[in-house]
This record gives sequence, C-alpha cells and structure tokens, in this order.
Amino acid sequence: MTATTPPGTATGAAARTGQPSMRQRLAERGIDRVLLLLLPGVVFLLLLFIYPFLYGLQLSFAPIQGGLLSNYETFFSDPYLRDTILITLGLGVPAALLNVLVSVPIAYRMRGAYRGKRTLTTLLVVPITLGTVLTAEGLILYLGPSGWVNKLLLDFHLVQEPVSLVHNYWGVFFSLVITGFPFAFLLVLSYLSGIDPNLEKAAAIMGAGWRQRFRYITLPLLAPGLAITFCLSFVLAFSVFPSANLVGDPAGSTHVISIAAFHAAFEQFDYPMGSAIAMIMGAVMLGVIAIVLGWRGTLYRGATGGKG
Amino acid sequence: MAATASAPASVAAPPPRRRVRPTGLGGWLVWALVAFFFINLFALIATVVLDSVATTWFGSWLPDGFTPHWYGDAWQDFNLTDVLIVTAQVAAVVVAVSILIGVPTAYALARRNFPGKRLVSLLFLLPILIPPITYGIPLATVLYKYQLAGSLTGVILANLVPTVPFVVLVMIPFIEQIDPKIEAAARMCGAGTSTIFLRILGPLLVPGILAAAILVLVRTVGMFELTFLTAGPGSATLVVVLYDAVFGAGIRAPQTVDAMAVVYTASMLVLLLIALRFVNPTQLVARVDAR
Repeated sequence: MTATTPPGTATGAAARTGQPSMRQRLAERGIDRVLLLLLPGVVFLLLLFIYPFLYGLQLSFAPIQGGLLSNYETFFSDPYLRDTILITLGLGVPAALLNVLVSVPIAYRMRGAYRGKRTLTTLLVVPITLGTVLTAEGLILYLGPSGWVNKLLLDFHLVQEPVSLVHNYWGVFFSLVITGFPFAFLLVLSYLSGIDPNLEKAAAIMGAGWRQRFRYITLPLLAPGLAITFCLSFVLAFSVFPSANLVGDPAGSTHVISIAAFHAAFEQFDYPMGSAIAMIMGAVMLGVIAIVLGWRGTLYRGATGGKG
Repeated sequence: MAATASAPASVAAPPPRRRVRPTGLGGWLVWALVAFFFINLFALIATVVLDSVATTWFGSWLPDGFTPHWYGDAWQDFNLTDVLIVTAQVAAVVVAVSILIGVPTAYALARRNFPGKRLVSLLFLLPILIPPITYGIPLATVLYKYQLAGSLTGVILANLVPTVPFVVLVMIPFIEQIDPKIEAAARMCGAGTSTIFLRILGPLLVPGILAAAILVLVRTVGMFELTFLTAGPGSATLVVVLYDAVFGAGIRAPQTVDAMAVVYTASMLVLLLIALRFVNPTQLVARVDAR
C-alpha cells in the first residue's frame, strides 16, 4: 500500500528519479487517504442496502416449492395477487397527478417573496411529519359515518345517508393527498423559485399576457422539475402501506402490492414469495419512472437562469 | 419581504401594472384551495384531540363531556413509558451513528473528485429515493436471517439505512462552503488529521451537524415502515405501537388510541418546532435536490 509509505521517502524518491511517485500520481486523480473516510459509509450501505437487495433477488428465484420462476408465475397467474399492480397504480397515479397538477397553479401564485411565506411552508410540513398513521386515525374519525363531514352533508340535506369515505378507495386516496400534496407543493415551489423572474419580466415587456408567459416561459422551464416531482410523488403513493391497511379495505379495493408483499413475507413466512413481490414492486416503480423521465428527456434541458 | 416582492413587479411594468394583483378570481381560488386544505387538515387533527378528551362522543358536533382520564388509561394500557424510552433510545443511537458515519463520508465526497465518484454518489442517493417499504422487506428478511430483527439492534440498523445517506446529502453543501485553505493552514501548523477534524472542521460544522441531527431525529421518530418490519415486542417505537393499536383494534376504548395519537402528535410537533429553529421547512421534505 502506497498510503503507508512515509511522506519523506515518497517525495525523496520522486526527486531522485524525476518521476512523480505512485502516491502523487494517484493524488492528482483525487485518490488519497481522505477516501478512506468513505469506507464506513460505503461498507455500511453495501451490507445493509445492496446485500439485502441481492439476497432478496436471489431468494425470489429460490421458491419454497417449484421451479426457478414459480414465485413470479404464481404472482402473475393468481388474479388476487396480479391485480394488486393495477390497484396500486389506480391509487398512485391519480393521487400523484392530482398532487402535482394542483400544486402548479398554487405554487405559481405563491412563488414570490411575501409576508407569511415561511409560516405557510411550515404549516405544510406538518402533515408530512405527522405521518400516515396519525392521518389515518384522524381520517377515520373525521370522515367516518358520524364524523364532522358527514354531519355537515346531512344537516345541509346534500345527502340522505352518511357517505362512506373511509375503509374504501377514497379513504386511502385522501390520505395520499394529505401527505402527498404538501410534499409536491414544496418541491414545485422550490423549482419555481429557481427560475429567473427576469425571463418572465422580459416576456411581459414584449407584451405577453400571463397566460402566454406561463405557457411559453415558465412551463417549459418547469417541466423537467415537474417530471421529477411527479416521480417522487408517485413513488411515495405507490409504496402506500399503513394507510391502505388503516383507512382502506386491505382485503379488497385497496389490496395494494405492499400489503401483498408484507402478507407473503411476514404473515405466511414465505420469504421468497415476499421478496419476489417486493422485486415486482420495484420493477413497476422503475418502469413508471423510466417512462416519465424518458418523456422528460425530450424536453428543454438547460439553465433556468436561477439558483436551481 | 412584502416590499421587495411588490417592487420588482412595479418596476417591470412598462406594459401597464398587470402583475400587481392579476386576475382576482384566480387568486381567490388559489387561496380558497389552500384554505380548504388547511381547514380539513386541522379539523382532522382536532377530531383526534377532542375525542381523546371526550367522555363519550357519538353523532353530535361536540363530545358530551370532557375528561383527561383516557391519557392515564393509554399510558397504562400501552406501557407508554417503556415505549417512549425505546423510541428515545432508537432515535438517539440512530442520530449519533448516522452522524458519525455520514459526516466523514460527506467530507470525502465534498472534497475529492475521484474515479467512480458518480457510482458512490448513486449508492448514497438510492436509499433516499427508493421508498422504505420496497427495500425494507428484503432488509428485514436478511435481519431475520441473522437473528437481528425483533430486537433494538435490528430496529436501529434498519433505521440507519436511509438516515446515513440523508446525513451525507445534508452535510455535503455545508462542507463545500468551508474554505479548504483553512485545513491546509492547520496542516502547515502541524495539526494531524484527527486534530483537523476535531478542532478545525468540527466547530465550523456544528450548525450543519445540528441541522442533520434534528432532521434525522424527526425522520426516525416518524419512520413507520422500517421499524414496523423489524420491531418485535419490546422494540417497537411509538408510531408502530400506535399503528398496532389502531389496526389490531380490540376491546379497548377508542379514546385511549386517540390519547396515544395525541401523545405522538405532540412529541412530533415539539420536535418539529425545535427542528424549524435550525432548518428550512423545505429541507424536511426535499429528499433529493434533483440536479
């Protein structure tokens, strides 16, 4: 190891031969003892992130019974399991789309600096930090048959019977919006404040109305950021787990893929099957992200003129 | 703030003053949407809080009477003292270890350009990008295989997977803004690497470390999936106990569950208030700055 060579001899040797030492040449490429600091972090992630993933992948091809692919065959031949993909996409895609699309006009309105902006962003962080478990508990009470919302609807005679808003698709959807909207909004807001306002001003000087400015200036610059925001929101919504159990109908309309994976691995103790479902989950997620980022690749990519 | 906001708008107004308050209807609609979101959010939290202090509450606008005794019941039913101790232990160890591993890594990544840096960066980005439930299932399988899951160690190890990369991500910009000449000067004066870290970089990095620590703390206390997958009896944190109480609803009064939910909310809000003194709200969510 050159790293253990005392510095004196290394420079001495270099002076004598006129050639930079191995250690110096490596240092020029950025390799020196400082990189040893990476070791604990990298080893930790290799052991607890990469190895479990590879182990899970290998395990998914080593089913308890049957051939190499029998876990995957079971998954795709059993409609109860196969449909979890559609159910999860049916929850995740609309929720992520809604969160991102609603965020855009609101963030566009609120992108400037104004009094109370920090208060607003602080308030928006609250539902994210509260987490899905508390949101679910609140939703059960608030939207339940005798909750405030149904009481309001009944008292105004908008409905004859309490509307069932929890323990079905909508309960999970609301929970995804409550935690997902602030997340999407804050991301869109930070992308928007990364766009140089002078570009819009220039357009305004040339007589563009706000519609044109938004359509031809802001939106093209924002689109790549929107793609990322959508991906992150989608990934959050696609991995929905606690709320699908708590405010959903976990055996039926919200039998999402993470529930299927958990059920297989930790309730039936069929770890290979659980790993296989987790791998399918990851693959579907990557597929959607690839589609969105592929579309993003066709868009303008360049400086937005701002800090972003 | 308000002045700086309106000033550029009026400066950029050779086409007549349209930007000052454009399209009243749209503006109102946007504010109405935000207000609607917040009204529902706070009503949602209020129902939990009200129910936790209600004697009985069914079908009326407000509970019939108020009583604090559900809190005592919840405290006993769920052994909240033990649960809070476990939560504090997990959080403290996770914060300490992720700082100890993350800061040196961030230092190397911030200061050196080396072949394969992109690969290493990707390695530290993936656990933040991929949702915990996806990698949590294989991770928990491995931890069960080595008989680590179901114990405090397993919960801590699982929670470290997203927090170590998170510390790295938060710390890199803090380290980049320290002038490398300061370290060079210290080295010229004869300081060794450990002295540089402890006496030079450490004090300069305190604000960054504090921010990273508090963010990790909030995330660990709120982390449901990984703890849920790896916790056994005696090693479940507050959020997992809360989930089990809601999901495995038995004969206990629903108000005790709400009382625990309020305890959880209150502790999260206290952490949040502390956190917001040191960090920007967006740092709590911006999991990746997607450059």
